[in-house]
Amino acid sequence: MILLKTVNLRKQFGDTRACDGLDFVVHKGEFLSLVGSNGAGKTTLVNLISAHLQPDSGQILLEDRDITYTSVAERIKAGIARSFQIVNLFDGLSVFDNVALSIFSREGKTVKMATLAEHDYDVRREALEVLDEFDLGSKAEVLAGGLAQGERKLLDVAVAYALRPRLLFLDEPTSGVSTRDKAQIMDTVSSVVRGGGVTAVVIEHDMDVVFRYSDRIVMMHEGAFLADGTPDEIRANKDVASILLGAPLAS
Amino acid sequence: MNADLKASRSRSVLKLAAAAALMLLVLIVIPAFVEVYQMQLLIYGLIAAIAALGFNLLLGYTGLLSFGHSAYFGIGAYTVAFVVQYLGPHSMEFYILIGIPAVAIMSALFGYICVRHTQIFFGILTLAISQVVYSLALKLYWETGGSDGLRVPRPTLLLGWLSFSGPRGFQQFITSYYYYVLAVFVVCVVLMWVIVHSPFGKTLQAIRDNEIRARFLGIRIRRFRWIAFLVSGTFTGLAGILWVPLNGLTTPDVLYWTFSGEIVFTALLGGFRNFTGPIVGGMVFTYLKTYAVASTEYWQLLLGVVLVTLVLVLPTGIVGAISKLGQRLARGKS
Repeated sequence: MILLKTVNLRKQFGDTRACDGLDFVVHKGEFLSLVGSNGAGKTTLVNLISAHLQPDSGQILLEDRDITYTSVAERIKAGIARSFQIVNLFDGLSVFDNVALSIFSREGKTVKMATLAEHDYDVRREALEVLDEFDLGSKAEVLAGGLAQGERKLLDVAVAYALRPRLLFLDEPTSGVSTRDKAQIMDTVSSVVRGGGVTAVVIEHDMDVVFRYSDRIVMMHEGAFLADGTPDEIRANKDVASILLGAPLAS
Repeated sequence: MNADLKASRSRSVLKLAAAAALMLLVLIVIPAFVEVYQMQLLIYGLIAAIAALGFNLLLGYTGLLSFGHSAYFGIGAYTVAFVVQYLGPHSMEFYILIGIPAVAIMSALFGYICVRHTQIFFGILTLAISQVVYSLALKLYWETGGSDGLRVPRPTLLLGWLSFSGPRGFQQFITSYYYYVLAVFVVCVVLMWVIVHSPFGKTLQAIRDNEIRARFLGIRIRRFRWIAFLVSGTFTGLAGILWVPLNGLTTPDVLYWTFSGEIVFTALLGGFRNFTGPIVGGMVFTYLKTYAVASTEYWQLLLGVVLVTLVLVLPTGIVGAISKLGQRLARGKS
């Protein structure tokens, strides 16, 4: 069942076509990886779907509802959340507060100014549950700015996940961390996301990670889709191999 | 995990409550040991602390540096002066009742314009608006008294229950007014404490730390900045309302940009990245300025040197420096 689709989505920066008429489809419940070399248009596509950028033309449909020109807040309410390539946290707040804030926002409680945040026991319980799921429970009181890079990456995902989205975009969740941390992060993220029944689209460069965790892989090249299939189909695709090795395309 | 978190938070809240109770006790008993003049200075200090507390909701918690908070302090003071001139009752409660909505409305109006921008553009807008208000106070002299300002007589306190006349009237007023302002100060501190620790306060801090991420949590940034501006201006305006009966006169000086600078100085002095910083800053600045003015005609130079030293040596202010020292000592012990 289709959760999200884009129809002929276009975005151009000067002469560069970052998204060149993309028809992108995400199925409910899948763990999809978006791959491609730098400048392929992956992040632009995610930016368009999450309302970080406005498209030049085309449509974005979430379960047949046109959300092309809705605001960020409306898209989050509709169930689209995202993390960022460069970790985006509230460094002056504790790890606990980072996650709690997502829940307050989701519940429409951020305007409350006459009660202490920590006295909302429902939010507190849920925030601690989320942190435990992401193996960050022991760091709840630490300032987010004081976490190690791997933990920051996990918290970045946890903050987006706490919004309880239907569709979660993760922009390079393992960039800048060691190989050992990569596996740990992806194990945690994939188990939480799959366990929570959330549809995930992950931008990733590490093909070992991509092949290991994805249900489906979509490859982008110069603003267009080059390949779309299961990990085995993508492994067998010569064009993909050419792009990954930096060689010219076979076709 | 939940239990550990709860215990650790309870411990820190208890410590803080004990320190606050001790400070309050000192402030309650202090008038028994000091002269009227010192009590007057303490009142000015408490008022400066309320103004800085409000200002810091914007700077410390929302990340917006206002160079125009003199406007809200002055609007509070002038509203009281207009109440005296046109409405009559010389009651402090009446001043507050009329003054707070007036300041809140003006803060909401000016805030709506200013929060459309951030950083230097926000600062310039706040400065420009405060200068417009200053010019109006100076030029509309038939209403405002121009540079001579407007007089405000000693009001009654507690709905007329306490009034002050006769030869010892001034002394009685200062003693009573000290406790009056102290009570308002305590209410303001508690209110601000709740606000900055509420979901709203946490949201402001999130916007300060990372506007883009806050937006991607579905937070409507501008609306939150506007409400923060409104609350901040109202607190600073309340300080102006409390200040004018003590001073007996309001002039356009309290609307001038240098007075906004003093409010910024106060927050920097105490430390704007912690809750108690502006309170300590307000008290210390009042004494610093008073004694600097009394000891040298180059008092502005002296304050300038203090400011430069502060920024270079103690960027986290007095409270920030003490807190860091405490942490270092605690680490040394363990």
